[in-house]
Amino acid sequence: MTTALEIKNLHVSIGDQPILKGINLLVKQGETHALMGPNGSGKSTLAYTLAGHPAYEPSAGQVIFDGEDLLELEADERSRAGLFLAFQYPAAVPGVTLAKFLRQTINSRRKAENPEDPGISIPEFRRLLTKKMDSLAIDHKMAGRYLNEGFSGGEKKRVEILQMSVVEPKIAIMDETDSGLDIDALRVVSEGARRLQTDMNMGVLVITHYQRILNYIQPDYVHIMLDGRIVESGGPELALQLEERGYDWLKEKHEILEIA
Amino acid sequence: MITFTKDAVIKLSASLNEPEWMLERRLQAWELYESLPMPTTKDEEWRRTDIRRLKLNEIGPSVNGDTAVDAAIPEFLGKELTEDVAGGRMLQVDGVVRQYELSDDLKAQGVIFCDMHTAVSQHPDLLQKHFMTEGVRPDEGKFAALHAAFWRGGTFLYVPKNVQAAAPLHSVLWSVNGKTFTHTLVIVDVGAEAVFMDEYASAGGELPGLHNGCIELLVRDNASLIYAGLQDFGQNIWQFNHERGRIGRDARLDWVTSVMGSRLTKAFQTLELDRPGGWGRMSGIFFTNGRQHLDMDTQQNHNAGSTTSDLLYKGALRDKSRTVWQGMIKAQPGSQKIDGFQANRNLMLDKTARADSIPGLEIEADDVKCTHASAIGQLDPEELFYLMSRGIPRNTAVEMSVQGFFDPLMRRIPFEGVRNRIFDRIVEKIYS
Repeated sequence: MTTALEIKNLHVSIGDQPILKGINLLVKQGETHALMGPNGSGKSTLAYTLAGHPAYEPSAGQVIFDGEDLLELEADERSRAGLFLAFQYPAAVPGVTLAKFLRQTINSRRKAENPEDPGISIPEFRRLLTKKMDSLAIDHKMAGRYLNEGFSGGEKKRVEILQMSVVEPKIAIMDETDSGLDIDALRVVSEGARRLQTDMNMGVLVITHYQRILNYIQPDYVHIMLDGRIVESGGPELALQLEERGYDWLKEKHEILEIA
Repeated sequence: MITFTKDAVIKLSASLNEPEWMLERRLQAWELYESLPMPTTKDEEWRRTDIRRLKLNEIGPSVNGDTAVDAAIPEFLGKELTEDVAGGRMLQVDGVVRQYELSDDLKAQGVIFCDMHTAVSQHPDLLQKHFMTEGVRPDEGKFAALHAAFWRGGTFLYVPKNVQAAAPLHSVLWSVNGKTFTHTLVIVDVGAEAVFMDEYASAGGELPGLHNGCIELLVRDNASLIYAGLQDFGQNIWQFNHERGRIGRDARLDWVTSVMGSRLTKAFQTLELDRPGGWGRMSGIFFTNGRQHLDMDTQQNHNAGSTTSDLLYKGALRDKSRTVWQGMIKAQPGSQKIDGFQANRNLMLDKTARADSIPGLEIEADDVKCTHASAIGQLDPEELFYLMSRGIPRNTAVEMSVQGFFDPLMRRIPFEGVRNRIFDRIVEKIYS
C-alpha cells in the first residue's frame, strides 16, 4: 500500500502572527516534490509543524498521514509512523554520542512495535552503522562524538541523512539540506536520499531556495510558496523558470506586498 | 542505646583491639570534639546549611554487634564486585569485611590494600605517621574531631615507590545500621600509580542515620592517583565529610566525587598542590531530589608555583532539593605560573529546586591564570524535540538528555559497571 502525506488547508500562527495561511499539498510515497520560496515564506514552519514541534500549533486544517490524523500524534509517534524531517539546523545533544543516539533511535522503534524486543545487538548495530556511514562517506570516528556538537555544517547534514537511512522513512522532508554544502557533499547527500527512494520507495519533500539540489534529486512536482500559501505548482520546469526570473513576478502576480 | 561519650570511645577502641596509640588519638579527638561548638548558620562555612534538626545522640556511634554478621548484601553490590576486572576488591558491611580479594600481582609488588583496622594492627608505622596528620586533621572542625574519635571501617591503600598498580582497586562500604564513620587513607608513594574506586551506600530507612567520613589522598612526587568516591546513601542519612588530596611535585590526582543519596550532605573537599608541577582535577556529579540538601565546599590550594587545578561540579536538581557549591582557588604569595579553573553547572529539572553557586578566588601572586564559571539551566526543549523527532519517546529523550549532561564526567569513572549503576540511579531519580 502506498503511504501519503496529505495536507489540507493548514493554518499555523506563531503568537498572533499567521505564518501558514491554508496549505494544501499531497505527497505520495515514491514521489519527489520540491517546495521553493523566498526566506520567510513559511517553508520551515511547515516542516516543523509536520514534524510536531510543540511551538507550532495549527489553528485550522488537517494533515493525514498513512490514513491517520497526523496532528493528533506526538513528534515521536509521527516519526515512528514513517515521517522524517532532515533538519536545516539540527540541535546539538551534548553528552550523547552519535552511536548511542542511533542505537536508541532503532531500539525505540523496535520497542514500540514489540515491548518485549531486547533491542538491536551491539555487533549487529556496528555492522549496520559501518555500512551506512560508509555509504555517506562519514568518518567512523564520528560515531563516538557527541551528536552535532562542534560538527561542521556539512557534517551535520550528512548525519541527518545518515539518520534518515537508518530510520528508512516512508516520507521524508528535507529542509534546506543543500544549504552550506559544497558540491561533493551535496552529491553524496543527494545520492543517499536517492538510494532510499529507489530501495524503499520513499517519498520526498525537498525544501530549498535553489535549483541546485534539484539537479541531483529530480522533482516530479515543484511548488512555490509565498507568504504562507502555495501559489504555483507545476513540473520541474517551474524550478528552472524560478532560477531565471526570481520570485518577483510571482509576487506581482499574486499581489503580495513586500513588507518594508 | 549508645551515645557519643568518652566511655563509648574507650569501648569502641577496645572492641576493635586497638593499640594504645590509637586509643590515645581517639581520646584526644574526643576532647577536641567536646571543646568545639556545634556549627551554626552564623558560621560562614555553614551559612547555607542548617543542622539544628540533627540529634546526634539519637543516632549514636557504630559499635560492634549492632549488625548481624550475616546481614544481606544487596545483589547489585555483590555483582559489581565480580563483574569488573579489578586488582583488588573489598566489601565491608558496617565496618566489617565480608568479601576481600587482592591480585597476586599487586601483592607481589608490595601493594597494601586492606580495611583500616587491619592496617592499624599490621602497619602501625605507616598509620601512626600518616593517619589524620597531613591529610585531614582532627582540629579542622567539629565533625573532623568526632570522626577521629569514632571512626570505624574504611579502606587503607598503600602503593610503594615506583609501583604501577594499573588494575583498579574497588571498595564497597555498605551500611545496614545507618551509622557510618568510615575512613579512607590512600598513599601513593613516589613515582607510583593507582586507580581506586571507593563506594559508600546504605540501605535507607525511616530512622535518621549518620555518615561522618574522612578521605585522605596522599599523592607523592611523580605519583598518580585516580580516585572516585561515590556516595549512594538512603535519604535518611546526614552526611558530614572532610576530604583532602595532597599532591607532590609533578604528581597527578584525578578525583571524582558522585553524590546521589543522603538527606543532607556537608562536605569539605580540599586539593593541596604542594610542589611545582602538581596537577589536580576535581569532578563532581550530583543529583538531588525530594528535600535533599547538598553543600559542597571546595578549595583548590596552590601552595607552590607552576601547579594546575581544574574543577568541574555538575548537579541535577528536582523537587524541593537544594544544592550549594562554594569553591575557592587560593594562590599563596609567590605561587607564580599557576593555572586554576573552577566551574559549576546545574540542571534544574523543577522550578521548586534551588542551586547556589559561589565561586571565589584568593590570589596572592601576579603571574597566574585563574578563572571560574557557573551556569544554571533547564533541559533544552529543542534538544528534546530533536530526539523525539527520531521516534524516541519523551521520557527516554529526557533520560538521554540528563545522562548527556553528566556524560563527560561519568567517563572519568574507571568501571563501566559502576557507571551504568549510577546512570540507572539517575534514571530512577528522574521518575521518583
